[in-house]
Amino acid sequence: MAPEYNMMELMICVAARYLEDGKTVAVGTGAPCAAAMLAQKTKSPNLVVLFEAGGIAPQLPEMPISVGDSRTFYRAVMAAGMVDTMTTCARGQVDYAFLGGAQIDKYGNINSTCIGDYNKPKVRFPGSGGANDFASLCWKTMIMTVHSKSRFVETCDFITSPGFLTGDGAREAAGLPEGGPYKIITDLCVMGFDEKTKAMTIESLHPGVDVDKVRGETGFDLLVSDQLGRTEPPTEEELRLLRDEVDPLKLVIGRA
Amino acid sequence: MGERNGLDGKLMTVAEAVKRYVRDGCQIAVGGFTINRNPMALVYEIARRKVRDLHLVAHSNGQALDVLVGAGCVARIEIAYGGNGRFAPTCFRFRKAVEGGEVLVEDYTNNQMTLRFLAGALNTPFIPSKSGLGTDVLQQEGFPPEIRDGDKVARKKVHVMADPFGHADDDVALLPALTPDVSLIHAQQVSTDGTVRIKGLTFADLEQCKAASAVIVTCEEIVPECYLRLDPDQNALPPFLVDAVVPVPYGAHPTACPRFYDYDPKHLNLYKEVAKDDAKWAAYLDEWVYGVESWDAYLDKVGGAQLVRIRANTVAGYAPGLDRR
Repeated sequence: MAPEYNMMELMICVAARYLEDGKTVAVGTGAPCAAAMLAQKTKSPNLVVLFEAGGIAPQLPEMPISVGDSRTFYRAVMAAGMVDTMTTCARGQVDYAFLGGAQIDKYGNINSTCIGDYNKPKVRFPGSGGANDFASLCWKTMIMTVHSKSRFVETCDFITSPGFLTGDGAREAAGLPEGGPYKIITDLCVMGFDEKTKAMTIESLHPGVDVDKVRGETGFDLLVSDQLGRTEPPTEEELRLLRDEVDPLKLVIGRA
Repeated sequence: MGERNGLDGKLMTVAEAVKRYVRDGCQIAVGGFTINRNPMALVYEIARRKVRDLHLVAHSNGQALDVLVGAGCVARIEIAYGGNGRFAPTCFRFRKAVEGGEVLVEDYTNNQMTLRFLAGALNTPFIPSKSGLGTDVLQQEGFPPEIRDGDKVARKKVHVMADPFGHADDDVALLPALTPDVSLIHAQQVSTDGTVRIKGLTFADLEQCKAASAVIVTCEEIVPECYLRLDPDQNALPPFLVDAVVPVPYGAHPTACPRFYDYDPKHLNLYKEVAKDDAKWAAYLDEWVYGVESWDAYLDKVGGAQLVRIRANTVAGYAPGLDRR
């Protein structure tokens, strides 16, 4: 019988599989950090984890709760500062970066600043932090989020972090380096971006989910890949590592 | 400059340091990052003295920002992030103040804020960057034109221009330099000659101190000059950059100070509960900030057993196994 899991566990396990061994990933705390830790314990032991606040390649002993947490530089190769990590991103030495946000549009632009008018916001969020920098400067950005119509919107109230901006060629025209959104992992599916138009495209449906369900939870027209796949559920081994070694306090997986 | 070396004239209490360097309306840079090494003893003193109309500049700030905003000390903020990780996805008093129009806020990114401090340290008026081109972070201004005097508030938020040297079709964003009136940081050690040592992540503390007109450093301990001279490559700031030194053990509480103590989940959870509610927040300020007569009294309120629980393990540098839920 297939093991039981919650949606947070599913998203973390799926995200971890995209992180190739030997690459560098910039993570925030929470689910992305859990995904990076799980990847290191499964297929990518040489994955380098970087925290924007200055922790470079730590041997993460316990789940940090902020990118400024002292755990982010435990047995690290460096406990550095923001100039060090941001120059690393700017020189194109970071392969993956995880982002989060309150709103995402079809080109993968993200809002983590506010709902409503910027000068008189209805809801204020924390702001960019390093998210805009990662989205601007890293090669492949990834998002893990719950799938809902209020989150996947036609237009972001504020574009905090750049995706493909207005579509193909827009990043280059704005002066941004090559790169952009790579995968969006939700509780319903995995999405990528159409090679030509740079519009969001369903690539893999999670167990028990169909295209209509995903479209029903999305506020814009979603493309569907002609190689639409079915997401492999978490394995027993992935779940054991995640629950016993990555997040025994359930700081992240307990939030599902 | 000779008189700026050594601790003579620099060693003072938090009250003296704040009185001397943190005045109504001044621009202050607050060091640390979310729940790590925030100069909290100074922050509480600023709140107690009811300093007003501060212009706060920071990258990713959490606890210090939230207490200063919540105590009504701040009028303007330039910042990249107002959050406290798991304890506050968005800082509560910050959020309320921005939504209520009580403070003006102008958003930048962590890279941009760090570079802006670096530009101030370089004594150049601006610095170029590739971060954020094409986004609202560059396009939306939070400060109104009437306060953009070109002095402590830049005449514009950002200026995008073509690379004047290489590819004419390649844009860069020019960011205005920051030169805060005062920079506040909490460090682990300061030597008897005023040298500063920071253990662990330095965030943008060094850049903001080099850019500021005055630097206040609170520290866990004062150590002999010869000790910090043994490993000069481990030192963060030379004595001549430091104006005030205040020894305050646990001076970053409830945020962490690597190798000395972890963040205090008990206090941050308490904070989370009170900061959401205006009445509870007012009572919290009365109890924990205004009503506390000394730093010793504050630590007594936190409690000896709790301070032991968050004490850093000598090897790990934090408190392994601490219940952080």
